[in-house]
Amino acid sequence: MKKFLTGNEAVARGAYEAGVTFASAYPGTPSTEILENIAPYKEYMYSEWAPNEKVALETAIGASIAGARALAAMKHVGVNVAADPLFTYSYTGVNGGLVLVSADDPGMHSSQNEQDNRYYAKFSKVAMVEPSDSQEAKDFVKTALEISEKYDTPVLLRLTTRICHSKTLVELGEREEVGIKTYKKNIPKYVATPANARVLHIKVEERLKQLEKFSNETDLNKIEWNDSKIGIVTSGIAYQYAKEVFGDDASYLKLGFTHPLPMKKIKEFADKVEILYVIEELEPYMEEQMKAAGIKCIGKESIPRIGELNPDIIAKAILNEERPIIEYSEDEIVGRPPTLCAGCPHRGFFYMLSKKKNVMITGDIGCYTLGSAQPLSSMDTCICMGASVSAGHGAQKAFEFNKVDKKVIGVIGDSTFFHSGITGLMDIVYNKGNAVTVILDNRITGMTGHQENPGTGYTLQGEKTHAINIPMLCEAIGVKNENIFVINPLNLDACNKAIDDALSREEPAVIITEWPCVLKKLSTEDIEKFGKGKRMICKVDEEKCKACRICTKTGCPAISFDKKAKINEDMCVGCDVCLQACPFDAIIKVGE
Amino acid sequence: MKEVKNILLVGVGGQGIILASKILSQGLISAGYDVKMSEVHGMAQRGGSVTTQVRFGKKVYSPIIGKGQADIVVSFEKMETLRWLDHLKKNGKIVVNDYEIPSAPILVGDAKYPQNLIDILKEKADTTVFKAAEIAKELGNIKTMNVVMLGALTKAMGLTDVDWETIVRSNVKEKFVDMNINALRKGMEQVK
Repeated sequence: MKKFLTGNEAVARGAYEAGVTFASAYPGTPSTEILENIAPYKEYMYSEWAPNEKVALETAIGASIAGARALAAMKHVGVNVAADPLFTYSYTGVNGGLVLVSADDPGMHSSQNEQDNRYYAKFSKVAMVEPSDSQEAKDFVKTALEISEKYDTPVLLRLTTRICHSKTLVELGEREEVGIKTYKKNIPKYVATPANARVLHIKVEERLKQLEKFSNETDLNKIEWNDSKIGIVTSGIAYQYAKEVFGDDASYLKLGFTHPLPMKKIKEFADKVEILYVIEELEPYMEEQMKAAGIKCIGKESIPRIGELNPDIIAKAILNEERPIIEYSEDEIVGRPPTLCAGCPHRGFFYMLSKKKNVMITGDIGCYTLGSAQPLSSMDTCICMGASVSAGHGAQKAFEFNKVDKKVIGVIGDSTFFHSGITGLMDIVYNKGNAVTVILDNRITGMTGHQENPGTGYTLQGEKTHAINIPMLCEAIGVKNENIFVINPLNLDACNKAIDDALSREEPAVIITEWPCVLKKLSTEDIEKFGKGKRMICKVDEEKCKACRICTKTGCPAISFDKKAKINEDMCVGCDVCLQACPFDAIIKVGE
Repeated sequence: MKEVKNILLVGVGGQGIILASKILSQGLISAGYDVKMSEVHGMAQRGGSVTTQVRFGKKVYSPIIGKGQADIVVSFEKMETLRWLDHLKKNGKIVVNDYEIPSAPILVGDAKYPQNLIDILKEKADTTVFKAAEIAKELGNIKTMNVVMLGALTKAMGLTDVDWETIVRSNVKEKFVDMNINALRKGMEQVK
C-alpha cells in the first residue's frame, strides 16, 4: 500500500517497521513530528519527550545497551547538546541498533544557524545515511539499524527541512519484530575509562575501514549512467534538485551512505566522466574529501554554501540558465514577520519589560524570542537553548566587576528552563549572581506546536504524570522563597511590581509568569487553575479614543490603527492587556 | 519532464492552506500522478506568510517550485499574491481571494496595505478574482474558505479527471460534509 508521507512521518513508520521499541526526542523544528508520529504506535514502541537532546540520546543509548533497537531524534542544533554522549557511544558501539536522527535546517526557516551536521558523523566517526525523499527516509531507518548492529556503530540519519516537511509517496511494509538482544555485562566495552577507551579507539578506526568497504559496495550508493559528459556526485535533497535540472542529460553517483564516503566508487565514476560536479547543500562535505583524495571536481566554486539549495540555483550556477519571470515592483509588498499571537500571555510581561530603562535583557529560544521584534523590542540577545539565564549571569558579573551600573534580566520559557535553563540558574545561585531570571511558563512547549514537557503533567503518549512545580524547584536549588514572584502576566501592574521587586533584590531572584498559551487545548488541571472564561472581547470606545496609539505598542495583531484604534473581534480573546495599557479608558470589555 | 505541473498555494497561517493542499494532493494521487508537496512550517504559524507547493506529473523530482515556474498561483490573501508573483510562469494563471489580512507593520501604522492590487495582478497575468470569505460565510462557516479556493483551483487547472467530492468527503468531519461539498461547488462556479 502507498501512502503520502512527510519525511518525518516516514521516519516514524520506518522505526515501526524496523522493530524499534524505544524512541526519545526533544521537540525542535523541523524534527518534531518524528516522535509525534511514533507516539501512536503505543503497543509496539515506548516513546517519550526528554527534557533535552542530551537526555534523549542518553536514554536511547541505555535502551540500545539493554538490547533494544532505539531511535533518538532532534534538530541540528540539538545534536550540539547531545554531542557528548554521541562521541563516546561511537567508541563503545551498540548492542541493539541505534539511530540518531539529525534534522538540519538549511535556509534557517526556524533556526538560529544553518550548521551542516554531516560533519558530526565524520567528527564522531559514526556511519551516516542521507535519504533524498520519504520512501528512502522510511527505508533508511531499517537499513541504518542493520548497519548499526552489523558494524557495532551508532548511525546518524541526516535529514533536512525539505525532506522532513515534504510529502512524497511511500510504499509501506510490515513490522518486523526483532525482539530484544540479550544484555550481557561487558565492562571493557561499555565503561569508557581511559584504559578501555584507548582499546576502543583502535576498534573504531578498524570499523571505519570496514564501513568504507561497505560504502563502496552498498546499493545505497549507486551510479545512474546516462551521458558521460557531465557526472554529478550528490546526496540527500540535492539529488532531486540535480535530477530536476539535468534529467537524463548527466550521469549521477547518488550517495545514500555518506560516512565514510565510497572513495573507490567515486574515483571510478570520476574517471569515466568528462566534467565532475559535486552538488551538495550547505558545506563542501563531500567535495573536501574528494579533493583531498586527489579527485578533480567542481563544487563550491559554483554552488553556494549559504542558504537552502534549489533547482534554480543549480541551473544558474552550472548552466547559466535563468527562467523568465514576471517583472513587478516589490515596493508595494509589506513584510509579514511572525508575531506573538493575539492573547499571548507573554505580551503583557514584555510590554511592561519594554518600559524598563537601563536593563539588558538576555533572551532564549522559543515563541518568546518574538519579544525581540518591534514594537516590544524587549530582548537583547538570543544564542541557544538555556543561554538567557547563563549569559545573563555572565553579563551581570561583567557589569558588576567593571563597575557598570546596569541590571540584567534573563527570560526563558518553561520547556527551555527544563531543557537547560535550570543549570544556568544553579550557576547564579552557587556563584552569588544577581541577574533576574524570568520563567515565562505558558504550560506547554509553544513554538514547536504544543508538546508536553516536565511541567505539564502529561507524557508524549498521553499518560497523566507528575508535573514539576517550577517555584518549588527554584526554591530547592537555593532561590529564597521571598525572592520568587509568581504572577499572572496578563496583569500589567503585577508585572511591573514583580520586575521592580526582583531588580531591587541583592540575591538571586526569579519571576515566574503563569498563564497557558492562548492556543493550548486546556487540560482539566489547567481549567481548574486558570478557569475557562466566557467569550469576552475588548472593544474600542471611539468617542474616548484619543488616537495616542499606545495600545498598538503592545504589538497585538488584533489591534489596527486608522485615525482611531480598532480591535479585530474575530482575533481578540479578551486578554485585556490593551485595556490596561490605554491611558484614556477607551477600551472596554464586552461579551456574554 | 516538461509534463510536470506546478501549483503554488499562498496565504497566511491559519487559513487552512495546508489542509487544502493535502486534499488536492490526495485527489491527484487518486488520478494516478506522482505527487510531491512541500510546506513551509515553523515560525510561519505565528501570523507569518505561509505557502505550500504541489507538483504532479508522471515523475516528480524536486518537491519545490522555482521562480517563473508555477502554472498557477492560488492566493488565499491578496497581498501574498504579489509576494509570490515571481514564481508564476509568464503565461500562468492567478486565482485570488479578494481578502485582506494586514500584517504587523500595517497594524502598527508603519506601512499601508497596498492599493490597486487586483489591477496590478490583472495587468500581469490571467487573473480570476472573487470573495471566498463571503462565500464561505454564506455557507455557514468562514473556515470553509479553503475548500472554496480548492474548488476554484481544480476548475482553473482543468483537473476534471478527479472525483473531488469523494476526496473532500473523506477529509472532513461528517457533520461538515454538506457544507464543504457546497463550498467546493461554489468555488468551481467562480472560474469560467
